[in-house]
Amino acid sequence: MKWSNYKYLILRRITQLSLLFLYFAGNIYGWKVLSGDLSSSSLFSTIPLSDPFAILQMLAAGATIGVNAIVGAVLITLFYGLIGGRAFCSWVCPVNMITDLANWLRRVLYLDKIERKVWASRNIRYYMLGLALIVSFISGLAAFEIISPITILNRGVVFGFGAGSGLLIAIFLFDLFVLKNGWCGHICPLGGVHSMIGKMNFVRVKHNSDNCTLCMKCKDVCPESQVLGMIGKRSEFVVKAECTNCGRCVDVCDDDALGFNIRNILNDTKGEKL
Amino acid sequence: MSKEVKKTKISERRKFFTLLAQNAGLGVMGGLLWAGYASKAKSSPLTLRPPAALKEDDFLRTCIKCGLCSEACYNRPSNIDKETGKPRGRTLKMAKAEDNVTIGTPFFTPRDVPCYMCEDIPCVPVCPTEALDPLLVTNDKNELDPNMMDMGIAVVDQNSCIAFWGIQCDACYRACPLLDVAISLEYDRNERTGKHAFLKPIVHMNACTGCGLCEQACVTEKAAIFVQPREVALGRPGDHYVKGWDKKDQQRIQNRVDKDVTTHDKRSAKKPEDYLNMGVEY
Repeated sequence: MKWSNYKYLILRRITQLSLLFLYFAGNIYGWKVLSGDLSSSSLFSTIPLSDPFAILQMLAAGATIGVNAIVGAVLITLFYGLIGGRAFCSWVCPVNMITDLANWLRRVLYLDKIERKVWASRNIRYYMLGLALIVSFISGLAAFEIISPITILNRGVVFGFGAGSGLLIAIFLFDLFVLKNGWCGHICPLGGVHSMIGKMNFVRVKHNSDNCTLCMKCKDVCPESQVLGMIGKRSEFVVKAECTNCGRCVDVCDDDALGFNIRNILNDTKGEKL
Repeated sequence: MSKEVKKTKISERRKFFTLLAQNAGLGVMGGLLWAGYASKAKSSPLTLRPPAALKEDDFLRTCIKCGLCSEACYNRPSNIDKETGKPRGRTLKMAKAEDNVTIGTPFFTPRDVPCYMCEDIPCVPVCPTEALDPLLVTNDKNELDPNMMDMGIAVVDQNSCIAFWGIQCDACYRACPLLDVAISLEYDRNERTGKHAFLKPIVHMNACTGCGLCEQACVTEKAAIFVQPREVALGRPGDHYVKGWDKKDQQRIQNRVDKDVTTHDKRSAKKPEDYLNMGVEY
């Protein structure tokens, strides 16, 4: 086991767990670093941060929303839009740990080789996104927020778990036995929102096909393997919006053919020349 | 000679429309299920919200479920009780799936932990979306005023309140932060004994904030005085009834929009004498 093969994975787990702990400590010990939860929080009791998708749904439901929450959503959108890309999904979201566990079990138990393959469109999340806004409009209630496993898990850690935890187990089983990367890679509309927000960000994985030995370890671990279409063919950035910047491909590559880099979006959308 | 296999030709157009219908059907099905669950999730009329919450419908669409109110509340675990050295119980709980309250929204159960009506109302200004609207508890002098809170109203069940039986108890009266204003004691002669008094608690609806200290203090096994949302606990007499002895109430007659209150139907089109004498032989 080489440290470099797990670098980003460990960094991500540290980030995810420390954010959860800061929220937990904000509630239980009264720390003021990060209070609230992933829907809306307050950084050092001054900077508001809020989930842009929750705000969108609330607007669709017909709410008049306070300035703080709107500012928080703009800050989050700017951060991921410029820097993080879809990093929320792999570096922050706690459900990622559940679905990654299911995905890992799938690999070590050879489930993919045994069970029948189920196909589902990777675009379901965008339909879910649209549907969430429509249902919010009809019901006058932010529709995804009442079923979101992300907030259920997050609130569970901060305020105590309830019967909603069943949904988390359901998602784990779904990802493990029904559809590979089912929740995060196909269905979750928040992932769809973050894909759209992070489409044009600067920090991206870049492939160097000269070094590539076509071992395909990267495609094996990638939760959105369709974004790695250029492996072994072209030296370019991962340009598809669905890449979560998790860095697992960078971790597993033994040939130095993948790495994080700064994409100059203004001159070079495809990143082919760099 | 090969046998000709009859194959139904599927045109591109048919394929397109069938796929379109399939996807639209899936979308509508999902949407209906989802909207059905949403309307079920919304129906929690007995919920007591934090101070200065918007009306339930608006509150539900505006609350982002972040829990900042709960963390700012005086009664939170992080605020250690100096007397006992233990974390305080929590007034504002964030609803779990089993609470019969829209999931993730803040509420309180006065019998467990009531609202102590803090002077500075810490839970309200922290709300990022203004689902808890500071304006609702801001008085003329532009300061936060806990007396303007309106979380619900205390209701007395006279059948189980032992004070109404004639047993002396004024637990709710003494627990009330607005002593003698929100709950007063009505003295009444006990005819059964002829020498004792009833001390009956009476809740005054204009003053009661619904903090629930009375419900928590109530000595009966299940509280005989309890807080309910005003929408649930109060009736509505309508515009027709006016207190003739109350000048302020009489103003309502003048403010009333002048509308036609005469009945118009087939019978009223004729004069009363006409229809009263209808069919009568002279």
